[in-house]
Amino acid sequence: MNLLQLSWKNILHKPTSTLLSLVLFALGVGLVSLLMLVNRQLEEKFEKNLAGIDMVIGAKGSPLQLILSSMYHIDAPTGNVAIADVKAFLNPKHPVIGKAVPLSLGDNYRSYRIVGTTFDFFTLYNAQLAQGRRWEAVFEVVIGAAVADALDLKTGDTFHSSHGFVVDENLEHTDASDFKVVGILKPTGAVVDQLILTSPQSIWGVHEHGDHEHEHEAYDLSKPLTDYEGESITSVLVQFKARNAATLNMPRGINENTNMQAATPAWEINRLYAILGDSALALQVLALIIIAVSGLSVFLSLYASLRDRRYELALMRVMGASRGKLFALILLEGLLLAAVGCIIGLALSHAGMGVFARALESSYRYSFTGALFLKEEIWLVSAALGVGLLAAFIPAVQARNTDISQTLAEG
Amino acid sequence: MLQTKELTYSYDGKNVLVFPDIDCGKGEHWLLLGQSGSGKTTLLHLLGGLLSPATGSIIVAGDNIAAKRAAALDSFRGRHIGIIFQKSHFVRALTLEENLVLAQQLAGAPIDRGRVEELLGHLNLGHKLREKPDNLSMGEQQRAAIARALLNRPDVILADEPTSALDDINCQEVIDLLEREAAATGATLLVVTHDGRLKARFPRQVLLTHYQPSL
Repeated sequence: MNLLQLSWKNILHKPTSTLLSLVLFALGVGLVSLLMLVNRQLEEKFEKNLAGIDMVIGAKGSPLQLILSSMYHIDAPTGNVAIADVKAFLNPKHPVIGKAVPLSLGDNYRSYRIVGTTFDFFTLYNAQLAQGRRWEAVFEVVIGAAVADALDLKTGDTFHSSHGFVVDENLEHTDASDFKVVGILKPTGAVVDQLILTSPQSIWGVHEHGDHEHEHEAYDLSKPLTDYEGESITSVLVQFKARNAATLNMPRGINENTNMQAATPAWEINRLYAILGDSALALQVLALIIIAVSGLSVFLSLYASLRDRRYELALMRVMGASRGKLFALILLEGLLLAAVGCIIGLALSHAGMGVFARALESSYRYSFTGALFLKEEIWLVSAALGVGLLAAFIPAVQARNTDISQTLAEG
Repeated sequence: MLQTKELTYSYDGKNVLVFPDIDCGKGEHWLLLGQSGSGKTTLLHLLGGLLSPATGSIIVAGDNIAAKRAAALDSFRGRHIGIIFQKSHFVRALTLEENLVLAQQLAGAPIDRGRVEELLGHLNLGHKLREKPDNLSMGEQQRAAIARALLNRPDVILADEPTSALDDINCQEVIDLLEREAAATGATLLVVTHDGRLKARFPRQVLLTHYQPSL
């Protein structure tokens, strides 16, 4: 029996105080780890989906809402803008705009959003076809990898879209033509995995409430969008050719001089971080307090046990154990409690993350995973072990200094 | 085997206990008698290396333990000296068997479960191997403590009032046991007591009466 086994048995010998210490450690470590996992994955999602977009133009409203709806597809759009108004930005010969990608939002199929856009959208997210082809006609769609997976859609399948972003049978566009899947994208890890892509003309076609079936034939995909001045879209994602003073002032110009707004993703996301950061910090502080309390619990439990165990500690000395051995024994007990608590906490946070991944996926349009281990978690574990060691230090010194003669003479 | 010369001890540097010289040969059984407060336990702790003397030497198996440094003394004690206390103590988280194995390990002796089982069987504790010490009766605990003191075949066995809490029958039994087991390993046995019942059993005796507190 080595020192580790002995300390393990000592811990198991007092199950109630051990349980308390373990629960506290697991709670603190698990909470911090969970926060780090969510935080990291959200940040990654925001970064990945920035996709080099410098500016988003859409209807007036909250700029953050515009960014969230047009880039992350998690909020409702701010409204629509007329093609006539954004025509200038969509002009491929625009002096400072490198790429302008129109988006037409507002429909879903079984909660997966349908986005009317151009092929530039593929370039933006580096999306490549896994099978099939791009749309060549109205009502043909290309779907993201996660959509294909979740809804079990294959090329050639057809479906009806619904209005809005929630599943509601009453809002199904039953009178419109079927959408037809013609292509499936490779997984990108970006939001495009969760989207159903089609041409803006398809969206217009669905909402064209005429009584004739073949209304959409009026839309010709070979004609530029700007030819349909009477139609409207939701927003335009803009990449500048280069960032300079002119591009810096462009959003302000749009905001002041038109009935539209222009939002800058980097600013809005920083604003969002600032909002989220405060609550994440509060939770983090709470978790750190729990870890500190678990350290206190280890300290008190070891300290109290020393009184009961002073004879056996003295006895171990009589049997040949050195002072250093007793010191190490108590230190190990604190370390073991912290280590086991850590393992339980990490297991809980990663398993919990795995369980909640599905729920988060549908509300954040991003695949979360519990099978991700962060470098920061090594720090978390080291810190928790440090707390365990620190908590055991004073009891260990006391054990080391046990006066064996006096203790044994007492009893 | 166990020898002291001009041994003194001081709690506080002022009051000094002076002990008579002892010389116990190999395999001899001795009784150290004295009234309560005569310094018996202090002497036993000195002989066991649990206390350091102010002056003098304590020779155990040819080594002066008074001159040994802390860690060396701990491991020497584990290997060469077996001590039985008035009240027996155990590591409560461990079973009886594990307690004895721990005694072998802490002494740096090879682990020999066969020896543990044999010894406990000999002391009528073979069926209690897997019991926690708290589940043993007082008599069983005292026998187990004897087993632990004998386990590593020490050169010297020190027993501090091993019988004072026992009735006549148990007293007889424990002393028989101690003498028998000490003889079996050829160990030198020193029983420290004020228990008059033991006087007749031990022809070799040291009386601890005339220590002088000197200034």
